Amino acid sequence: MQETMERPKTSVAEVPVNKDKGKLKKVLIICSKGKLEDVYAALVMANGALMEGLEAKMFFTFFGLEAITKKHADNLHTATVGNPAFMPGMPTMVAGLPGFEAFASYMMKKEMDKLDIPHVTEFIQMIEAGGGEIYACKLAADMFHLKKEDFVDEVKGIITVGDMYALAEGEGTQIIFI
Amino acid sequence: METLTLNRTAVAVNAEGYLTDMNQWTPELAKEMAAEVNIELTPKHFEVLNWLREKQREGVQLSIRKLGNSGIVDIKTFYQLFPGGPLKISSKLAGIPKPASCV
Repeated sequence: MQETMERPKTSVAEVPVNKDKGKLKKVLIICSKGKLEDVYAALVMANGALMEGLEAKMFFTFFGLEAITKKHADNLHTATVGNPAFMPGMPTMVAGLPGFEAFASYMMKKEMDKLDIPHVTEFIQMIEAGGGEIYACKLAADMFHLKKEDFVDEVKGIITVGDMYALAEGEGTQIIFI
Repeated sequence: METLTLNRTAVAVNAEGYLTDMNQWTPELAKEMAAEVNIELTPKHFEVLNWLREKQREGVQLSIRKLGNSGIVDIKTFYQLFPGGPLKISSKLAGIPKPASCV
């Protein structure tokens, strides 16, 4: 039998072109989690949007609020337990030993430093300097007994879910939930 | 390979309009490219462009944060100088490749 299967063509990385002209103009990024990697995902996307000339708004809620408190912003941890992608093969009992999570988070931050990724508070300052706006969720703030003065200065306000949707008004907006 | 002809001199650019050879860059070229994106280059703009070119020659991976720490401009001013995507626009005007940085 003749071999007829063709080798798949290797695709060359090209800049994707948006053909339907529906341009992205603004992103609203909701961060509901307080783990290091989730918070960084939100910050990188918000800052990345600004770098592309888009508008960016951020809304932190529930455990995400940790990321914008003066007390904890620069002390976020990554989860070593209940996170199968973290060091596969690591027994949960070991990953749960006292100090393990702090150590893993320290190592992760060290790697990020090497890549020129700023600490959370500096990242937030960069986003504000680029014209981004940062808000805290009123319901969650009430629940965790957090007040305006508990948050870093860049937080523009503590707002309701209705106010949050108002931030997303306008053509070409996308809401991203983390 | 495409070419961009400004002021009767042709320079080689890629599909996105970035110069393919940073040595073909001149301040006059930067001014003309800037006019197309409605930016009038001031001495402050040129300080940024020259810094970017210098770092590019040194092989530094450029980022907004590095520029913010350069002592030339703070990040807020950088956004104001090159509105609509500061690092991309300034890199293009500086005649260096498109920045491959996510922060």
